[in-house]
Amino acid sequence: MQKRVKMAERPASERIKDFRQVNLGYTNEQAVEEAKRCLQCKKPFCVDGCPVEIDIPGFIKAIAAGNPLKAAAVLKQKNNLPAICGRVCPQEEQCEIKCILHSKGEPIGIGNLERFAADFEKEHYAKNNRHTALMPKNGIKVAVIGSGPAGLTCAGDLVKMGYLVTVYESLHKSGGVLRYGIPEFRLPDDILDYEIENLAKLGVNISLNTLVGRTKSVAELFDEGYKAVFIGTGAGLPNFLGVPGENLNHVYSANEFLVRVNLMRAFEFPLYDTPIYVGGHVVVIGGGNTAIDAARTALRLGAEEVNLVYRRSEQELPARREEVVHAQEEGVRLRLLTNPVKFSGDENGFVKEMECVKMELGDPDSSGRRRPKLIQNSNFTIRTDMAIIAIGLSPNPVLPSLTEKLERDDEGHLKIDDKYMTSIKGVFAGGDIVGGETVIQAMGMGKKAARSMNEYLKEINPKPS
Amino acid sequence: MYKIIKKRLLAPSVQLMEVSAPEIAKRAKAGQFVVVRVNEKGERIPLTIADSDPGSGLITIIFQEIGKTTQLLGTVKEGEEILDIVGPLGMPTHIENIGTVVTVAGGVGVAEIIPVAKAFKKAGNRVIGIIGARSRELLILEEEMKKHCDNVFVATDDGSYGQKGFVSDVLSDLLSKQINIGLVYAIGPVPMMRVVSELTRQHGIKTVVSLNPIMVDGTGMCGACRVSVEGRTRFACVDGPEFNAHQVDWNELVSRLSLFKKEEKVSTERFREECRCKKG
Repeated sequence: MQKRVKMAERPASERIKDFRQVNLGYTNEQAVEEAKRCLQCKKPFCVDGCPVEIDIPGFIKAIAAGNPLKAAAVLKQKNNLPAICGRVCPQEEQCEIKCILHSKGEPIGIGNLERFAADFEKEHYAKNNRHTALMPKNGIKVAVIGSGPAGLTCAGDLVKMGYLVTVYESLHKSGGVLRYGIPEFRLPDDILDYEIENLAKLGVNISLNTLVGRTKSVAELFDEGYKAVFIGTGAGLPNFLGVPGENLNHVYSANEFLVRVNLMRAFEFPLYDTPIYVGGHVVVIGGGNTAIDAARTALRLGAEEVNLVYRRSEQELPARREEVVHAQEEGVRLRLLTNPVKFSGDENGFVKEMECVKMELGDPDSSGRRRPKLIQNSNFTIRTDMAIIAIGLSPNPVLPSLTEKLERDDEGHLKIDDKYMTSIKGVFAGGDIVGGETVIQAMGMGKKAARSMNEYLKEINPKPS
Repeated sequence: MYKIIKKRLLAPSVQLMEVSAPEIAKRAKAGQFVVVRVNEKGERIPLTIADSDPGSGLITIIFQEIGKTTQLLGTVKEGEEILDIVGPLGMPTHIENIGTVVTVAGGVGVAEIIPVAKAFKKAGNRVIGIIGARSRELLILEEEMKKHCDNVFVATDDGSYGQKGFVSDVLSDLLSKQINIGLVYAIGPVPMMRVVSELTRQHGIKTVVSLNPIMVDGTGMCGACRVSVEGRTRFACVDGPEFNAHQVDWNELVSRLSLFKKEEKVSTERFREECRCKKG
């Protein structure tokens, strides 16, 4: 079997000095070569693995035929943000794992090809891109709250169906976690800007600096004439460990650290006004993509050493394998089966060390992963002047708590029915606010919610015959 | 973009701005704040909403030019625009009729306490105001305060106006008079709020303070503003900014406010240098 074409990467020693992309993308020749490996299955299992139902063999066929623009058009039938998905989706767990060639160990590089087609379109025909089929405008207003992956996908699909869509974003820039969370070296701002501009060209209106719940209420949106609302406000609230010393100076949530760097561009301080501390001995607590992003960002800011502390073993690391490998190449040290129990600081309240305990794996827990157990008397300390806590997020409570009759479950997620409708008629929700986990899951939910909203709006507002 | 409709200097380096922000003006309540970003390279800073008028769509912000961002904001002229303002943020002040309320404010905190005093007065309370500044020329909004309070006491550190001393000294005298006080509300520099808190604790009087920790997004997303209250970590931006003064971990707050002292200095000096260059 022909080998999968590897995407070129910049060497670790070079890339840790800046925030530019790590993966360089396929050349035309590489893309065609990789696309030609696709068997064009009659029953393509890969499509089943895609939360947004992309016609994967279809777009790959177009690349193989030397027509990447057509490939981009095929992608955009289902996916409003292909340049983003090609970069940040965990394809290895979704489409690629279902690829028939996976059993032989060399599945098609679906993500790489998606990125290639989307980038090709951006570079060559961005200005007259007319691939998206639009329904005529129907004059019906819908509101989308949150401009992250769920909201943007939902907005894109609704605008294509002919609705007048306004997206409300609380921050001063759109993109949600794609903007403030994912660093430039994985998802450059210009790619995100490009994808969002494309949505704007389709007619999506984005209203920044609007915290729905505070700036205006959901009820007021209906008063303003919106016929349906989608809530995609994400998982904003950072979780902390609940151990002593956690509020010492230079102990950050990953959200704060990444917001400062990605959204506020603190890595360019003092040219930009938002400061960030550059730690010498940085510890990052957690094992997800956010933890890995924070660790690699700290290295790029100039940290001498970065320890990533995770309470389970390498096998259970929830981050994408590719990102873990990249992080290790760059010098991030994994401290596995390790759990923090306490931070201590100096006399001015700045963190100076983290006390940890060693863990071992016991029986599987409800998630199927082996539960980490404390090893008695295994305490030890790690020297640190900056700790970043990346152990997950809870749903942002601002909008739910300020919206009457919007029901939540015990964890604070919005309750939705099988049509993505919340406990309020005409109000739909998707993404992390209902319990999604990844960018693409959020996009999948945004997409399905858009479909349900269309059905709902057709029902309440049948066309006069 | 948010246009500055009116701007005036209240005291040396204390600016008042009326800014067009109709949606915020429509919903702002006492105790709430906005997060402001002056320009594309700017940081996000929280500022208390000193007044709002749904009719004209204007909100009032009052700030002291201390660091880079407040100095930069001070250079924006009437008729010009501020790039980003989001709000109203935070929990509004819990207003109820509890009899007598003492509102204590120092420095630019006077601007921030006026909407609170006004709301308590409107709810039927007897409102006593204690305001202060380092000296007479730095005292702001005394007349405005008098409009919303039954009595106003003034203190200046140097004795150039009102009673010589701190607002906490005035409060101490008041507390010794054994009048029945339902609530003390304090806003201003941390050392002042802390002293007020210690005083009222001794007298067992419920006290609310409005805290001003470092914030970034101001919407509950980053946790920069976390404060320990009654041993629990709370986010000032969404759980506050007001908390029970007697439960606040003041040492931690003071320490966390010093987080970026060095960087703030770098930024401020750089800004001053730029201003000098422009002028020269």
